[in-house]
Amino acid sequence: MEKRALFSNKLLPYMLLVPQLIITLVFFYWPASQALWQSFLLEDAFGLSSEFVGFENYRTLFQQPEYYRAMVTTAIFSSAVAVLALSCALLLATQADKKLKAAQAFKTFLIWPYAVAPAIAGVLWIFMFHPTLGTLARPIKATGVDWNPMLNANHAMLLLILSATWKQISYNFLFFLAGLQAIPKSVIEAAAIDGSGPIRRFWTIVFPLLSPTTFFLIVVNIVYVFFDTFGIIDAVTGGGPAGRTTTLVYKVYADGRLGGDLGGSAAQSVILMVIVIALTAVQFKFVERRVQY
Amino acid sequence: MVENRPYRDLMAYLVLLMGVVIVAFPVYLAVLGSTFDAATISNGNMPLLPGDQAGINYSQALLSGGRLAREPVSMMMLNSFIMAMGIAIGKILISILSAFAVVYFSFPFRKTAFWIIFITLMLPVEVRIYPTYKIVADLGLLDTYAGLILPLIASATGTLLFRQFFMTIPDELLEASKIDGAGPFRFFKDTLLPLSITTIAALFVIQFIYGWNQYLWPLLITTKSSMQTIVIGIKKMITTQDALTEWQIAMTTAVLAMIPPVLVVIFMQRLFVKGLVETEK
Amino acid sequence: MAGVTLDTVRKVYAGNVEAVKGVSLGIEDGSFCVLVGPSGCGKSTLLRMIAGLETISGGAIKIGDRVVNEVEPADRDIAMVFQNYALYPHMSVYDNMAYGLKNRGTPKDEIEKRVKEAARILAIEPFLDRKPRALSGGQRQRVAMGRAIVRKPQVFLFDEPLSNLDAKLRVQMRVEIKRLQRALGVTSVYVTHDQVEAMTLSDKLVVMSGGQIEQVGTPADVYRRPETRFVATFIGSPPMNILPGKVEGPGRVSVGGQMVNVTDMREGLAPGSAIEVGLRPEDVQAGTTGNSTLTMDVDFVEELGATQLFHGKVAGAEFVVQASTGQLAADTRSLTLAVDPQNVHLFDPQTTKRLGRQI
Repeated sequence: MEKRALFSNKLLPYMLLVPQLIITLVFFYWPASQALWQSFLLEDAFGLSSEFVGFENYRTLFQQPEYYRAMVTTAIFSSAVAVLALSCALLLATQADKKLKAAQAFKTFLIWPYAVAPAIAGVLWIFMFHPTLGTLARPIKATGVDWNPMLNANHAMLLLILSATWKQISYNFLFFLAGLQAIPKSVIEAAAIDGSGPIRRFWTIVFPLLSPTTFFLIVVNIVYVFFDTFGIIDAVTGGGPAGRTTTLVYKVYADGRLGGDLGGSAAQSVILMVIVIALTAVQFKFVERRVQY
Repeated sequence: MVENRPYRDLMAYLVLLMGVVIVAFPVYLAVLGSTFDAATISNGNMPLLPGDQAGINYSQALLSGGRLAREPVSMMMLNSFIMAMGIAIGKILISILSAFAVVYFSFPFRKTAFWIIFITLMLPVEVRIYPTYKIVADLGLLDTYAGLILPLIASATGTLLFRQFFMTIPDELLEASKIDGAGPFRFFKDTLLPLSITTIAALFVIQFIYGWNQYLWPLLITTKSSMQTIVIGIKKMITTQDALTEWQIAMTTAVLAMIPPVLVVIFMQRLFVKGLVETEK
Repeated sequence: MAGVTLDTVRKVYAGNVEAVKGVSLGIEDGSFCVLVGPSGCGKSTLLRMIAGLETISGGAIKIGDRVVNEVEPADRDIAMVFQNYALYPHMSVYDNMAYGLKNRGTPKDEIEKRVKEAARILAIEPFLDRKPRALSGGQRQRVAMGRAIVRKPQVFLFDEPLSNLDAKLRVQMRVEIKRLQRALGVTSVYVTHDQVEAMTLSDKLVVMSGGQIEQVGTPADVYRRPETRFVATFIGSPPMNILPGKVEGPGRVSVGGQMVNVTDMREGLAPGSAIEVGLRPEDVQAGTTGNSTLTMDVDFVEELGATQLFHGKVAGAEFVVQASTGQLAADTRSLTLAVDPQNVHLFDPQTTKRLGRQI
């Protein structure tokens, strides 16, 4: 897609692009290529010298059981959040799409958690489920469960999933609602005339028509859990207990910062980049198809 | 349709009400937490109605901060505000210019320039965090606002949003401007900029929230507590050693941290929704 | 004021697509020239080259005595009315009209005088403070014209300015444009795909197809003596009927075995060779006057109020006859048509050129 009418100045367009290009090159391409380069280097313990070691860092990485554990953790975390956040949001969006008097007010009340920082969301949820002072920890303990997300990895994971879902529902809700409102009324009316009831209509007409939105949101949610939940994890569990809630991104941070293993951390960054690029590519391929609809 | 049966509406109200309660409850607890003293909270029996310590907690947090954060929260809020504004304004500025260049000029390497910018869409700062840290350190930008802001401006979302908007402006408007004797600067100032106001505002809302809520990057590059943002500050107030955590101050700070972005979302809801939906297309 | 001269003007787009294939045309000072043709015939491209919105790949365009190939649109002393009006949505009607003058550094009081005058002529004075979106389609159209008038240009360029209006308004604005152009006497080039608009507006009608000029002339000339089959079927509504025929001798052709006399026929056409016979629906009459007649099988009748259209077949080819209502019974199944030799147009089936007498 291109404009028919254009200016033909020679120098001006480059001058307009310079600020963005400089920032992009200095803070994006340079570090990204550094990450790639470092992933092939091994630094000595003092960071004074480094040597080229080829794929050694990657090989070491894939020999670590912790790395596989981080992968599994990430997979569980992201699929649980995606499923929960998407289904809750879809339920809320279908209800908000009905012609209710207070629909607008509900919408406002449901979207604002988007504005809460992930780390703050984490803090709110620990406060709620803190083993000794959490308001909701008491009823759980009353049922006989020894609730302690500080020590029990499953409890920690559950808390992470809940707080990450809580924060993501508003985003999904907005997109589902927009998607629902974009479905032509006449299609629904035609289905009603064809004699299908509301529930059948939802699964046979509305849900398939919503599938572009759903697919888009699945990808966005996975990317969200990969990267944006860093703040939640750091606030709620710090990757613990015993590294059991360390995701891939958190591991990049922890290994580089705490362990000082820059080569290994860089290799992990590169793998993450590949995953994100793959996800984005899938999404674009899909967006392209959506255009042809 | 005719199916406006009352019980279905009632169901909808119930589901939505439950949603709102789930969404609001954690925040309500935080607000409660900011109205009690430390003892009431730590004995694990916090009442479900507000207490009377709000004045003390908020003035203590704003003016002197907690034991662990060492800086007054008002200072942190100022840092967060400067960072959020810097990111929002900076991104708008560089991306509206680059989008103008990419859409309205024909020049060699136009496609290349577009792709150089476009690819940055794919990789969030988290995956290139240490090399970026090193570069910012080498440039002497640790513990500076520039260091907080600049690396987060390097992204394609703004450029793509403006490009998308410019593409919807009819070609004839530029042609009419040309016939009316307007060059690139006049066209930009007299036509493009006034037409872009809502897009600029929508992008501003989204980027302000994005900037205010940043966590990992400020965590890495601020070492001085005077440069801390509020989101970092609150994390430092909560430690694993329960005895040290001043929960009433932490919750007060959490409420203070939520207020600006939440107000932005509520009062600029239309722009917020527009910005959110359109940056993702 | 100035005329416009095109000298073998060409436009080649990337990928060697030739949109305009060497067009030469003289537009006299003060005349109203309409470029008409189907979409993709190059008429808009040609207009946009005159405006300076498209580069010129070959040839030269002169406005007055000045070659303007390399001149910026703003410096060509032209004004343009766009199909979608291209009004600046964020500016008031007044500012829309004043913008071009401001950019030229025209003094404020002079701008005000000109805008007020244009607004008076176009009867848009009450709307000067409004934004374009608060105006109806017809009012926007007037503002777009006002923007052109205030500039007092050498040439007005119109790019399908009426096609976004509803049918009734279109007829009304058509008359106004014509009246305005007469009053101001400014050379005008007008692009349209609507042949009625083209016929009614133009002093000089230019029919284009496939990037080339098919025919130039007064509307009456083009209608009476189309030079190609394309022009014959494009100008006139309903379009001219084209029947397959055969040359019988000087001034005589046959259609499905029925003899037809022709006044305007090229000499020396070989008897027996194929030829296309064109007849306008309004030029054939039911009856047997004269010595050439055609028989027609009628399929159905369209009622247009004052007239009726009889659709059917003559010698196996589609044929339409226009008749005043009441002249023929609506249930007529078969017609005998009298053909006036003056009204027969002949075309070469290969070249599609008119096979009339050489002038």
